[in-house]
Amino acid sequence: MAQKIKIAIVGGGLAGLAAAMKIAEAGHEVDLFSVVPVKRSHSVCAQGGINGAVNTKGEGDSTWVHFDDTIYGGDFLANQPPAKAMCDMAPAIIYLFDRMGVPFSRTSEGLLDFRRFGGTKHHRTAFAGASTGQQLLYALDEQVRRFEVSGQVKKYEGWEMMSLVLDDHQVCRGLVAMELRSLELKAFAADAVIIASGGPGLIYGKSTNSMVCTGSAVAACYQQGAKYANGEFIQVHPTSIPGEDKLRLMSESARGEGGRVWVPRTKGDNRSPSSIPEPERWYFLEEKYPAYGNLVPRDIATREIFHVCLDGMGINGENQVYLDLTHIPADTLDKKLGAILEIYEMFVGDDPRHVPMRIFPGVHYSMGGLWVDYDQRTNIPGLLAAGECDYSIHGANRLGANSLLSCVYGGFVAAPAAIEWASNVERKGANGSRIYDQETKRQQELNDKLIAQSGNENQYELHEEMGRIMTDNVTVVRYNDRLKQTDDKLRQFEERYDRVSINDSNLWATMALPHARQLRNMIDLARVITLGALNRNESRGAHYKPDYPDRDDEHWLKTTIAEFSGEGPVFSYEPVDISLIPPRKRDYSKGKQDARQNQATARPDARAATQERRV
Amino acid sequence: MPRTVEIHIKRREKMGAPQRWEVFEIPYRPNLNVISCLLEIRKNPVTKAGVKTTPPSWDMNCLEQVCGICTMVNNGRVRQSCSALVDNLDQPIKLEPMTKFPNVRDLMVDRSQMFDHLKRVHAWIELDGTYDLGAGPRMDQDDVMERYAYSRCMTCGCCLEACPQYDEDHYIGPQAIAQVRLFNMHPSGAMNRDERLEAIMGDDGITNCGNAQNCVKVCPMNIPLTKAIYEENRETVLHGLLGWLKK
Repeated sequence: MAQKIKIAIVGGGLAGLAAAMKIAEAGHEVDLFSVVPVKRSHSVCAQGGINGAVNTKGEGDSTWVHFDDTIYGGDFLANQPPAKAMCDMAPAIIYLFDRMGVPFSRTSEGLLDFRRFGGTKHHRTAFAGASTGQQLLYALDEQVRRFEVSGQVKKYEGWEMMSLVLDDHQVCRGLVAMELRSLELKAFAADAVIIASGGPGLIYGKSTNSMVCTGSAVAACYQQGAKYANGEFIQVHPTSIPGEDKLRLMSESARGEGGRVWVPRTKGDNRSPSSIPEPERWYFLEEKYPAYGNLVPRDIATREIFHVCLDGMGINGENQVYLDLTHIPADTLDKKLGAILEIYEMFVGDDPRHVPMRIFPGVHYSMGGLWVDYDQRTNIPGLLAAGECDYSIHGANRLGANSLLSCVYGGFVAAPAAIEWASNVERKGANGSRIYDQETKRQQELNDKLIAQSGNENQYELHEEMGRIMTDNVTVVRYNDRLKQTDDKLRQFEERYDRVSINDSNLWATMALPHARQLRNMIDLARVITLGALNRNESRGAHYKPDYPDRDDEHWLKTTIAEFSGEGPVFSYEPVDISLIPPRKRDYSKGKQDARQNQATARPDARAATQERRV
Repeated sequence: MPRTVEIHIKRREKMGAPQRWEVFEIPYRPNLNVISCLLEIRKNPVTKAGVKTTPPSWDMNCLEQVCGICTMVNNGRVRQSCSALVDNLDQPIKLEPMTKFPNVRDLMVDRSQMFDHLKRVHAWIELDGTYDLGAGPRMDQDDVMERYAYSRCMTCGCCLEACPQYDEDHYIGPQAIAQVRLFNMHPSGAMNRDERLEAIMGDDGITNCGNAQNCVKVCPMNIPLTKAIYEENRETVLHGLLGWLKK
């Protein structure tokens, strides 16, 4: 190799570590930036499992059925070739993690066990207890640590990416990051940059996301010219535990293992759940969707729970429904769901083995993100993205247990694409320190301005207020007048932000300046989400407008693209690649056609048309 | 039911600066955890006596007791603050940083030494490569369950904080030993068993365990740390006696 390649990766969750491992294994160098030690990334919060169609349960499952479930579940908004490539790669990904030592649950023959998840009729989800994300992340953390010892991966933990370094031709040449103790800003040259910084849940204040999930790094890329796609598609998870500081996830695996959602049939029935006899319970998901029952996709379960509560049918008239596991033997629950039951017990105090859990939907995942092509490349040359921060794969709604998969897939595709770019890129433009100095100086000025600024706005109150407005107006049910008002508010927040005083005279290891920088970026992404939703006059997947209750393929089977401008996001649209499966109506009250029929309805040239990818 | 929550925070401006206590009071609400209290204090950092001060710094992330970052000493007991519920704590609530790690500021500590220990004990499987080599080894579910228990370790440092033997460089401590157990139990991991054993047989190795059994009492993941120490002690003794035969 003529020249040593160095690739910067932003984010040490599943996608970032997957890419880092592949790049190091190929013999190249990685600078890995992460706000927290990578082992503490948000991927640890994923609970239920990872999908891969290995068909060990005699159900006739196949990667094609997995692909069809993914596209159908995403309401046909996803470009189909990358989703198919992901589903094809899934079994090999699961086996690879098994070889890395992930303690996946086993069958009596010692094979991998699989459970059911939403939006499918097949047992397709491999799981390690109910902390699969934690286990997968640790496996990659361990493998990347090997490469850290060998000197190929250098970790910058406790560093936050502030911006990209672009040359005069808008080619990405590295990034500027801030050390979170000293607030030192430093430019890092790289032959390519992979963003793997996760989702933007913190825009909603309280969500199931971790505190690092601000979307700030992604917003910085957007401000510098990266396209942001399908921002309006935000997944609200049907089952979370409301809390003072966050909404804690209650995994879909609870329903995968037989959990049932219900409320009392009679409004105002305030008896304890165990004393309400079976016929007086309303299992509304099972009644309305006999084919999938409690395992309808998340967008549908969320809307139903939301409506039940809006109609005053929630438990004691409150925004709560039961998620009931009490009919399942306690030792089965401990084996298959132990970790999540402990979370409920710890934070609520009730034992879900004996008392039905009380849950309500909570903001969970962004289907939208940085626009990428089928090789995970953004529109900025030299900048790639992988994981929740990119928009590919999930369309208008993500299926449960496809997120861990898409993170690893994205990392595995981004790594060789970044290497290929870096091997061929003309490096002359990157020589010299001018562009690095300029960008570092620009970031320093932004910090200095914030530190010097004094005003009567409190950044944390501003954040809370934004979270409330976004949660009230840009989640499950959306109305155009309210979306318009929300955007007006967000523009006011832009002005109010300039009156924020960071309120910490001790700048060593302060939380105040980093949060203030993130907040500014969150406001920009909030506008992308809100205006994207305002523009899209249809209902599709997680995006639901009662005034436009149907999917409208004629006008809206297209990808939303937002580009930054000083006056706010500029929108354009591009067609969705539906080259493999023709769109059809989504209806979960009936079973889908079975696998063989699905394959028969696929476009005849579907197989030949897609590129095969290997792990 | 008290109408307010009183919180005492041990402050430190920066590394090496002296520590001091500050007292805060916030309105009581049901279901508060310690993190919610800190968030409330951070919004408007004024002490109970009405003196304006700097906001306390601390680490937080998942808030579900699975990332391990928000570990601190709550009322004398080391634990994650996200799962420390105000209703279950005696007041005033006293928050202190962990003492076994460098104290960066206020309640923040630097636990990078724990990750260095994971490097030393080769806490990984030596893969031939990350390409597709088919399925992994078949395993008994009981063995998987035992490994799963060790694999839940989030490197939070509770065990080290509570261990009377752990102090800077004198003892590698329970977390690293439990990771040795995790990988030595795996069929492929066992192929590099000796390297891991030798890593815990040095001066700061497994024999420094004083059998106080504090680790297992404070572990938030209920990891059978003392069992791991017992098993690995046995393995290292056998390796010490018979290891030379292999050479």
